[in-house]
Parts: sequence; C-alpha cells; structure tokens
Amino acid sequence: MNETVLWEETIQPGASWSHVLKRGTALRVTDLEGGANVGGIFFNFECPTERYNMPDTLKAQHVARLTTGFVVYSDMGRILLSVTADTVGWHDPIGGTSNRKLVEAKYGPSSYQKDRNDYHKDGRDSFLVELGKWGLGRRDLVANVNLFSRVDVSDDGTMSFAQGHSKAGDSIDLRAEMNVLVILNTCQHPLDTNPKYQPKPVRVLIRQVAAPTIEDPCRVSRPENGRGFTLTERYFM
Amino acid sequence: MSATITSGKNLVESKLRPEAAIYRHVINAGDPWIREIKQGQYFRIVDLHGNQAVDTLFYNAHDYSDRYSAQDTILQQRNIYLTTGTRLMSSAGAILLTIVADTCGRHDTLGGACANESNMVRYALEKRHMHACRSSFLKAVIEWDHGMSKRDITSNINFFMNVPVTREGKLTFEDGISEPGKYVEMRAETDVLALISNCPQLNNPCNAYNPTPVEVLIWAAEP
Repeated sequence: MNETVLWEETIQPGASWSHVLKRGTALRVTDLEGGANVGGIFFNFECPTERYNMPDTLKAQHVARLTTGFVVYSDMGRILLSVTADTVGWHDPIGGTSNRKLVEAKYGPSSYQKDRNDYHKDGRDSFLVELGKWGLGRRDLVANVNLFSRVDVSDDGTMSFAQGHSKAGDSIDLRAEMNVLVILNTCQHPLDTNPKYQPKPVRVLIRQVAAPTIEDPCRVSRPENGRGFTLTERYFM
Repeated sequence: MSATITSGKNLVESKLRPEAAIYRHVINAGDPWIREIKQGQYFRIVDLHGNQAVDTLFYNAHDYSDRYSAQDTILQQRNIYLTTGTRLMSSAGAILLTIVADTCGRHDTLGGACANESNMVRYALEKRHMHACRSSFLKAVIEWDHGMSKRDITSNINFFMNVPVTREGKLTFEDGISEPGKYVEMRAETDVLALISNCPQLNNPCNAYNPTPVEVLIWAAEP
C-alpha cells in the first residue's frame, strides 16, 4: 500500500490544533526549529469518555517516556496510537501542562489588546478551548503528553527539564489504531527553563499507512502490547 | 527488597488522637468509600495491616469538574512522590488538601488505578472478571448520585504505594514501604469530596498479594 500523503500544515507557536486521525492514517509531527513542545490529549472519537490514560500507558509498558515501539493506551485497554518512528528518543508523559497563573508568573503580563496574536497562551486554556470545539470540557481535561520534551526524575523524585532536547528536523510518527480525536497545542513545557516566552512551531503531516502486521514492532515489543492490539482489533469486529 | 523509609524530613507524626476523631470507618479490602470533608478538617488514612494500596481521588465539593490533578500536583512541587508538605492540586490550580503528617514517607501518583481492562492488558485477557479499583470508583460515584460518571475518574493517588521512576525513564513497581499502622494525614484547604477504592488487586505485589482493610478518620477543624 502506498503511504499517500493526504495533507500537511504548520501549527504556529503557541497555537492549538485538533483533528480526528482515522484508523489507517498516521500523524508525523516535526520540530521545525528545535526546542519545540507539543502538548497532546487523545480520545476515542466515537465515544470520548474513552480517552488517553497516562497511568495505563506507563504501567503497561513500565515506562515514564515515549519513543519508537511504545503505544498510547486508552482507559479501556485499547491502543489509541502507536509510536512507529521517532528521532528524539524521549517524549514526556508526566510533566503536565502550563496554566494562566504559571505563564504570567514566568513571562509577565500579556494581552491580545497589547500583543495581538503573539499574546501569551497557556496549555490548560488552550486545551479547554480546543476541547470545547468538540463538546468536551473540564471533565475531559486529563493528564497530557508533551511531545519533544524530556523530564528526568532523580532518585529522590525530583523532576528536571532537559533544555535543548529536541533538534530542528526531529520528528515522531503516531499511527492511529482507532479513530482518534487528537487535541494539540504548541505551548511551552511547564518546566521549560527558558525565561522567555518563546513557543516553537511544528509541522504536521497526515498520511495513509498500512495496517499493523502480526510482526509489527509496537505489537511485539512486549506481551502487554500484543494483548492491547487484540482488544483494539476486537473493537472493530 | 524491603525499602522502608526509617528516617528523613518527610516522616512526621500527627498530634491528633484517634479517640478525638469525629468520624472513624474501616474500609474493607475491595470496597469503595465516598464522603465530603469540610475545609479545615483533618483526614487520616491508616494502613492497618501494611502494604495496602489506597487508590484515592479528590474533588472540589462544590464543582466536581475541578478535581485532583496528578500532573499539577507533581509539577507544583517538582517531585513525583507525595509526602508531608505536598499540596494536592486541582486541575484548575487550587490547593485541595495539604499532607500534614506521614509515617510512611512516600506515596505514588503515577501508577493509577487498576481496571478490568488494564488487567486484561497487563496480565491476561482472562483476568477481566477480577475485581478492580475503577469498578469500585464507578460504583461509588453512581451510588453518590450527583451526576458523576467515568468522565470524573482521573489519575489518582496511590497512598502507601512505591512506584519509582529510574534515570533511564523506566517506571518500576517496588515492594511496599508501608507497614501495619503507618498513616498519612491531610488538612482540607477547601470543601472536598473524597473517593477511595481500597485496592483489590491480586495480580501484583501492590497489596503484598493479600488486600487488607484500612481505616479513615476525620477530625473537626481547629476552632
């Protein structure tokens, strides 16, 4: 099957984006300038009470990072997305998102009146507005992932942000295993040590892809994921 | 490996006496529990028999869409472990409760709650029938009958559970660091609704393969 590119576009710095990524297509997100952060929450489009579940994703795979071979689980034992390619090696599933108070404390006051479309955006408000477009709201604001960011945890539990982790041209491929409502924004990571408000743009590319085979690397990476694929395939039978 | 924390600044005992509590209740293994805790009241969970995971969620009692957020809580203190001094943050940035005493020393908020479906993924498709925390959560919010549903079941706290993250980015489940009689105590900073599933998991060592009762106690706010 040809991996036909369907379309691509740029998500501007500090902007929000959403799309129903159909089963059989994949989303490539590319960090255009280096140092991007892309907050993401994912839902089963047909039944959005089924949604990305951080703990289920972490404990099924015994990880606190995402990269090639790992998958993104819903709370219903199914796989929303598979990470089929990644040049970064570590995407953060624990660090969370910024809010208005944090952004104002870090970067100072900002408003549309003064700054026009460069006004400072925060992750929480960005998620809520984009969720609202799909009839979703505060009850649907669950733990998010941060593509292109890395948060290290020391032995005593301290979290630290890896500055300059992702480079210009780095990309991650997310294959949809269900019809997935993808909610993204390019707000800075809440632990970003850059004192300046400098969100970065990313490119998104959507293409048709072949269905995962029986030897698919994400399926065989561990027995848990094999069962996750089985449960996902049963949903479509 | 037993990793009991025997010293450190996190280990803080409470001066509150159980006899003075205004509410005491033993939650049996596998049971849910739901109750409002008023601003200023103190709320203690006692691991009566040791190594028992207590899956817990909190909500703003006046707006259930504003609820405990695991990510906001660990972000606010820049540390993944919950202990004395930890402020339990809501998704809207409010402080729901503060941990004021802790004789265990470390609690988890990344491991989440078990579910029929996650047990199928983690252990075997045939495990679906086994009792799980998210079924207890659902049972409790349905009986509470205030319009809550699965949409309100989010990433929870696992009191008395030890789930370290390694430098290589692995999430590991270590043997419990709790023992009989260890407790954690919180002060409610606003009126909250507390929701607990006393974990029935038998497929991993989070309850030492033997789920046991825990006690919850509430003390009146200081005058």
